[in-house]
Amino acid sequence: MKKWMLAGVAALTIALSALTPAQAEYKPEHRGGTMRIVARSAAGTLDPQINYTLQYWQIYQSVYSGLTAFKKGAGEAGFEVVPNLAEELPTASNDGKTYTFKLRNGVKFSDGRDVTVKDVVASFQRIFKVSSPTSGGFYSVIVGADACIATPATCTLEGGVAGDEAAGTVTINLTRADPEFMFKLAVPHASILPADAPATDSGSVPIAGTGPYFFSAYDPNKGLTMSRNPHFKMWSEAAMPDGYPDVVQYDFGLTDEAEVTAVMNGEADWMFDQPPTDRLGEIGTKYKDQVYINTLTAWWYAPMNTRIAPFDNLKARQAVNYAIDRKALVNLFGGPVLAAPVCQVLPPGFPAHVSYCPYTKDPGEKWSAPDIEKAKQLVEESGTKGQKVTVIVEDTAVSKSIGVYLQSVLKEIGYDAELKPISPNIQFTYIQNTNNKVQISVSQWYQDYPAASNFLNVLFGCSSFTEGSDSSINIAGFCDEKVEAKMKEAFALAATDPEGANKIWTEVDRMVTDAAPAAPLFTPKHIDFVSKRLGNFQFNAQFYWMVTQSWVQ
Amino acid sequence: MSAVSDTLDATPKSRGPWATALRRLLRDRAAVAALILFLMVVILCLLAPAYAQWTGTDPFKSTLDAVIKLNGQDVPVMEQSTEGLGLGYTPIGPTWQIGNYFLGADNQGRDVMARLLFGGLNSLFIAGMATVVTLFFATLIGLTAGFFGGIIDTLLSRFLDILWAFPVYLLAISLSIVLITQGLDLGLITIESGSLWLPIFIIGVVYVPYVARPVRGQVLALRESEFVLAAVGLGVPSHRILLRDILPNVSTTLIVFVPIMMALNMITESALSFLSIGVQPPDASWGTIIQDGQTLLYTRPVVALAPGIAIVITVLALNVLGDGLRDALDPRSKIRIGRS
Repeated sequence: MKKWMLAGVAALTIALSALTPAQAEYKPEHRGGTMRIVARSAAGTLDPQINYTLQYWQIYQSVYSGLTAFKKGAGEAGFEVVPNLAEELPTASNDGKTYTFKLRNGVKFSDGRDVTVKDVVASFQRIFKVSSPTSGGFYSVIVGADACIATPATCTLEGGVAGDEAAGTVTINLTRADPEFMFKLAVPHASILPADAPATDSGSVPIAGTGPYFFSAYDPNKGLTMSRNPHFKMWSEAAMPDGYPDVVQYDFGLTDEAEVTAVMNGEADWMFDQPPTDRLGEIGTKYKDQVYINTLTAWWYAPMNTRIAPFDNLKARQAVNYAIDRKALVNLFGGPVLAAPVCQVLPPGFPAHVSYCPYTKDPGEKWSAPDIEKAKQLVEESGTKGQKVTVIVEDTAVSKSIGVYLQSVLKEIGYDAELKPISPNIQFTYIQNTNNKVQISVSQWYQDYPAASNFLNVLFGCSSFTEGSDSSINIAGFCDEKVEAKMKEAFALAATDPEGANKIWTEVDRMVTDAAPAAPLFTPKHIDFVSKRLGNFQFNAQFYWMVTQSWVQ
Repeated sequence: MSAVSDTLDATPKSRGPWATALRRLLRDRAAVAALILFLMVVILCLLAPAYAQWTGTDPFKSTLDAVIKLNGQDVPVMEQSTEGLGLGYTPIGPTWQIGNYFLGADNQGRDVMARLLFGGLNSLFIAGMATVVTLFFATLIGLTAGFFGGIIDTLLSRFLDILWAFPVYLLAISLSIVLITQGLDLGLITIESGSLWLPIFIIGVVYVPYVARPVRGQVLALRESEFVLAAVGLGVPSHRILLRDILPNVSTTLIVFVPIMMALNMITESALSFLSIGVQPPDASWGTIIQDGQTLLYTRPVVALAPGIAIVITVLALNVLGDGLRDALDPRSKIRIGRS
């Protein structure tokens, strides 16, 4: 996920549920108090069907519900999909194209009204009416979605989403079987909202939700207040557990340095932003009991444009892969405690991941050291030596330092390299658009759910590449017939044989890694720095720290 | 006759305006000290390539795995924290050993001292060349508008007003954001993105009104002076009057502006580079080094402090020198930088 959310393999849910630990017991003695959390800035609109940021998706978990949810459990339990407003996860019928959900009784919105079938149908229509960022990606598989995408204002999803008020059921028809559909229903864009919610971006005006909290105040320049929903009655501890603090006050406008200081002084209970590198030593020694470090299934990588020189040449791309010192990059990120070198697309611990490292001093399973001589030789053989190469990075401290390093390496192996740091607000779209003729850049991808397709198909599938578009997430422009055929094979097998599909994804991972459309750099870890008083910290693999599951008294 | 002749011989020779000004300047101790200080900074920065060669460091290359000898021991340039959770990766601090990471390393393991000298070279070059650009265009516009008057004056003055209406930094930042990634193509002149000439052009242009206005005012006064009216009456061509009669009379004003504009340009360059829209990495300027040091403020403050101090010293020297020059060249002048 850079800003994306996709779904995983539904069948995997069953396997994961067997491994999931029981929910922690609720401790009423810790209930109450005001939790203060801080961030550099707000994350834009509060509309759950439009906002596409981790910052708000994290807090939506206590405010909005969908028909399904990612389990509110610690660790990898968070990857499991559980029924939420639906009584249970339905079994697909009609060759995997039809799902019928039975709606729970007695669930109320924070304004006191009951959640009805009508609200569910209207909420699915609203996804298209407000042109949700994933309406064309996640939900285009619903029957009638094409018409809704073409003319959002008149969206009815006729034949796609139908409610039966008497039976309390909602039936969703798909144009094709989608084994990842349950995951897509569990993300905030599929939140169930009141039927009369505005058919436009609600902006700073909160929409009523069904969770244990509601947004009682929001000023993007100052802060956001979450208060207890007086109409909330817990229906599923796994999907929507009750929270501990009475109020969560989210304040904006602090620098990351000020955030660290606020948490150190006990003026804030948690900071959203990652602590700046020059405070890590202090945090890791004086405040080590207040630090939580969790591995993310994510990667930092350097996509190389396979459609323009010099990286339209395989040897040139391989040379970059051989030359990069992953250990140095890990150190630039904060050291081995905060990152680990990677050689392939799928991160360690991910389904279908089998360690593979072809571009290192001693090829094998693990990265050992850069091979500069080999890289120089490949550049020479590719006939691209001396060509001008521009590295595009985000203008942030870490990205820029990685860019400076990359430029240094490119120069060393024979390119005339320069670096262009550009604003983080535009870098991600800039590097996707082929009109900008970006040769090599630095980017990140954070997984949303444990499915290999989330990396391989999204980042390197032909369908993810669109010429001249700001939304061409296949930044390398990589499109290989053999790889594409293998991915289709894996998709087809996923619904019936997830393990077999994963074996094919392993092959795809190797094929893509060998073709080197990107240089894998490292897999990062996430630091949460919390106040001394904050208790019951739980890190959910899906949405990270579960804010309201912690207590402050 | 002989008495008259003796009297004439006894009369001291006139020194001329330049010699008088130089004499006045040399009498101003503060200005002389500032000039010496500035020259020392320039000389030190000019020695940057020699320093890098002598120390064997490349101030533009990442050397994260470098190891140096310190008091007989091998010390890595980047130190991994071993305490507590082992978080953080900190560059080595000042060794205070000339030629051996005297001011320590930055977050790429590069010698801060070497970068400081190279950065100074770029900062001085940009400030100097931007001053040339400013003075050239300001003189051109000021002379033309003031001398020809009428519609030409109106058009040029309104153009200056438009430029003047933008806050300098806003204008500079806007121009930088547009040009820094795309470069500048004006047909005859093409400046590639990443070139030092881009910040030079941007900084040079935004300050044109600050110099052009006083020049125009001075030319307006000179145009009505008797010697210019006489030249006009004699039918001397306009360009000749401008070059021979008016330009020499505004040259003192321009000279006074040189150090003042250099100081101003240096600060602007540092600000733009600090905002990543001036000098582009891995090139260094004092502004970019401060930016590099921003992420090390708690652990290695010297990375940001050293270029900061260098800027203060240089700008202070230039301002004091500017004051001295103004007093020396035109003690009655009321020229001050800023919007009066």
